[in-house]
Amino acid sequence: MITTIRRVLPALLAPLMLLGFALPSQADVAFKSITSPGGITAGMVEDYMVPIVTIAFAFQGGAAQDPDDKVGLAALMSSLLDEGAGDLASNAFQTRLDDVGLEMGFSANFDSFTGFARMLADQREDATELLALAVNEPRFDQPAIDRMRAQVLAGLASRSQDPGYAAGRMWNEALFGNHPYARPQEGTATSLPGITADDLRQFHKALFARGNLKIGIVGALDEEAAGKMIDAIFGALPAEPQLSEIPPAKLSFGQNVAVDYPLPQTSINLAYPGIRESDPDFFAAYVMSEMLAGDSLLSELNREVREKRGLSYGVSGGLVNLDQADALTIGTSTRPDQSVEAIEVIKATIAKMTEDGPDPAALERTKRYLVGAYPINQLRSSVAIATTMVVQQLLGLPIDYVEERQKQIEAVTGEDIKRVAQRIFSTEPSLLQVGPGAEQAEATTP
Amino acid sequence: MNRPTIALVAALVTALPVAAQESPPPSVSHYTLDNGLELVVIPDRRAPVVTHMVWYRTGGADDRVGQSGVAHFLEHLMFKGTAKYPAGTLESTVNELGGQLNAFTTADVTVYFETVPPDALGQMMDIEADRMRNLVLPKEVIDAERSVVLDERRQRVESQPGSILAEQVSATLFQNHPYRIPVIGWAHEIETLSREGALSFYDQHYAPNNALVVVAGDVDAEAVRQMAEETYGNVERGPELPPRARPKEPPAQASRTVTLRDARVSLPSFTRNWVVPSYRQAEPGEAEALDVLSAILSDGPQSRLYQALVVEAGIAAQARTSYDGGAFDYGRFVLYGAARPGTTLDALEAAIDAEVDDIIANGISETELNRVKTRFIRSTIFAQDDQVSMAQTYGLWLTTDRSIADVAEWPDRIRAVTADDVKAVAAKYLRPATAVTGYLLPLAEEKNQ
Repeated sequence: MITTIRRVLPALLAPLMLLGFALPSQADVAFKSITSPGGITAGMVEDYMVPIVTIAFAFQGGAAQDPDDKVGLAALMSSLLDEGAGDLASNAFQTRLDDVGLEMGFSANFDSFTGFARMLADQREDATELLALAVNEPRFDQPAIDRMRAQVLAGLASRSQDPGYAAGRMWNEALFGNHPYARPQEGTATSLPGITADDLRQFHKALFARGNLKIGIVGALDEEAAGKMIDAIFGALPAEPQLSEIPPAKLSFGQNVAVDYPLPQTSINLAYPGIRESDPDFFAAYVMSEMLAGDSLLSELNREVREKRGLSYGVSGGLVNLDQADALTIGTSTRPDQSVEAIEVIKATIAKMTEDGPDPAALERTKRYLVGAYPINQLRSSVAIATTMVVQQLLGLPIDYVEERQKQIEAVTGEDIKRVAQRIFSTEPSLLQVGPGAEQAEATTP
Repeated sequence: MNRPTIALVAALVTALPVAAQESPPPSVSHYTLDNGLELVVIPDRRAPVVTHMVWYRTGGADDRVGQSGVAHFLEHLMFKGTAKYPAGTLESTVNELGGQLNAFTTADVTVYFETVPPDALGQMMDIEADRMRNLVLPKEVIDAERSVVLDERRQRVESQPGSILAEQVSATLFQNHPYRIPVIGWAHEIETLSREGALSFYDQHYAPNNALVVVAGDVDAEAVRQMAEETYGNVERGPELPPRARPKEPPAQASRTVTLRDARVSLPSFTRNWVVPSYRQAEPGEAEALDVLSAILSDGPQSRLYQALVVEAGIAAQARTSYDGGAFDYGRFVLYGAARPGTTLDALEAAIDAEVDDIIANGISETELNRVKTRFIRSTIFAQDDQVSMAQTYGLWLTTDRSIADVAEWPDRIRAVTADDVKAVAAKYLRPATAVTGYLLPLAEEKNQ
């Protein structure tokens, strides 16, 4: 058993990775933008230190694209792409995966469908061929569909008495109303049985296209080989996807959601309005939320709630930026009899940030952290580099945008922080509490 | 303060010979300073990042009787600062660099680590070397930190029925060895942990001759050695530590059952547990055979349990096994199964047991043996992609009396495992007569309903 001094809160609205921040020393990791002979662009890093090739990719359009009566479709598809393709049924496909030394995985989030694969450099050609088969010709055989669906349904059944799961559902519905973001991405006991092989085939056909594809490739190969590999995997896909338009979500604040359940701790989640990446205040909000609620024990909330008062193992939070919604979330858990005090301390700490602005030394430290953290988190492994390149492209950032980001972070002033704090925290947050005696202050829950 | 020189410069060893076929593998350096501190350097020149880990050869299983959780409590208190580097200095230094830091405690080791830009490595070493002996613990930090640990326990254990059961299963599986006691400590003993108890543990266990430093990343081994000499090298050697002879287990003579019912549980599940040898204790080849056995049972969609229980019978929501051979003392082998809705746990247990029995009776095929071996060997190449996991591997192996050569030779030892070896360890260790079974059940439901 392992215990650590800090932990990441199981936030209901997990902060998405915010990437693209400054890269002071990129000497050893040269990002390139390449275009394949077939005209597909990708981010690339050539690296011969370890004899492997790693590729990450994403198709824009994820679980938010699920039809209302087929919620869970994207997630179910993500579990079926290694369950047989082309002439290879499930077992034959799995045997072939081992034979060619290919590891791959797929997953769906609200806004995109992502894939990841790595292979040994000396088996690259065979592995590429198999990955291409999975991307282009998944079989969606009925036994595999039934098996994967049964697994998801069993998972849902196992959580059916879990107050945390129920609270998460209530929380998302309270925040997002009838927007697709309110729906559980894995599907429900009523939606999953209705998903057919034809639904999966249509969804695959609509989603997998070159026009909504972002690729990052890292490893022991040159540009020419990478271009050929990309064309072999993706070149035969249709030019453009057929996606439904997802409307902007209107988040509901000022709600009070409570689940009264006999637990040894009360968990607390707060949601405030967020700031879009395209907003002029985005970097101020980003720096402010890190100062206030970042994972560091030096964050204002960890200092007040954990270090000074010992009220909790930790507080964390940050901006959540989805394609069609933005929020700032804060979460913690505490002994039930301390939950009122914990919320008061959190709100008082926020009020101090709003009224007095930041401590100048803490602001400078946070800015340096955000600048320096980029290479440490985003360049540490091939997996991290490939994923970073994909996320940058999903956000529409050019391959060299990191320098601009550094300038933007460095330009944030104490006044900016105070202004953006006032802008965000002037809205009464939505509050979720799960624990013994948790009460709704007002009956505003839908 | 003596001015140590390098007492022993071990040979440069190639880490993972499998990779040598494709490209030069990392050259791992291993030194021991005069004061007994061991240093391992794993160059990884791909990105301007370095991971620095300090491993103390002490953990929860070394807690004094009645003070369970003191090793972990001390881990928290190690962040309270020294005269030279007051509380918050390490955090803010690493934070300003954009780095990461954390620490963890297991039953066997306590580990502190930072991931930072390479030019900050010397500073990290100086701070770690300083807090190895010069921790200052003001009385007023103790109560708040104890509350934090109690809250950590509530979150990690008491809020989760599966974690409560796991704790109870360990307390049953180990009859005499301190692995029966949770690393975080029992709540009633955490409540009594004191400043004096933590400092006594610190004085006994935190010294250069009980520490291993692992550095992985964009660094030059010789430069790291010099930095280590100038920082850790100045820390005085501690008293000789007695051998780590924890109480031994008696032979298990009965099967035992531990049951937890909870309203939050809707699908019943079980674990079947055995005490088995760790890599450190095992007869040559047995630990490797246990790793292969576990992989044949449950690694991937072609594994025995997945094929039999998920694909064919369709009765398992989950079915898997694990072998933890990395402990200083005993290893553990676990079977786990969760029933699909509409299936009884009895049927699932019987089906999982049948798969183990089949291996004991009929062995395994060469095809499945080779598939598993290839995967293990491939995984050692993929592992080189992540400097933190490389540092963890070397740290774990070297704190369990294994060598850098052992890391290098592991793929060959896996290659040497035969089908008969796998059958033999299954028959020898997975005996129903000595298993401890943990049941996690819905409230007021009999397990065979």
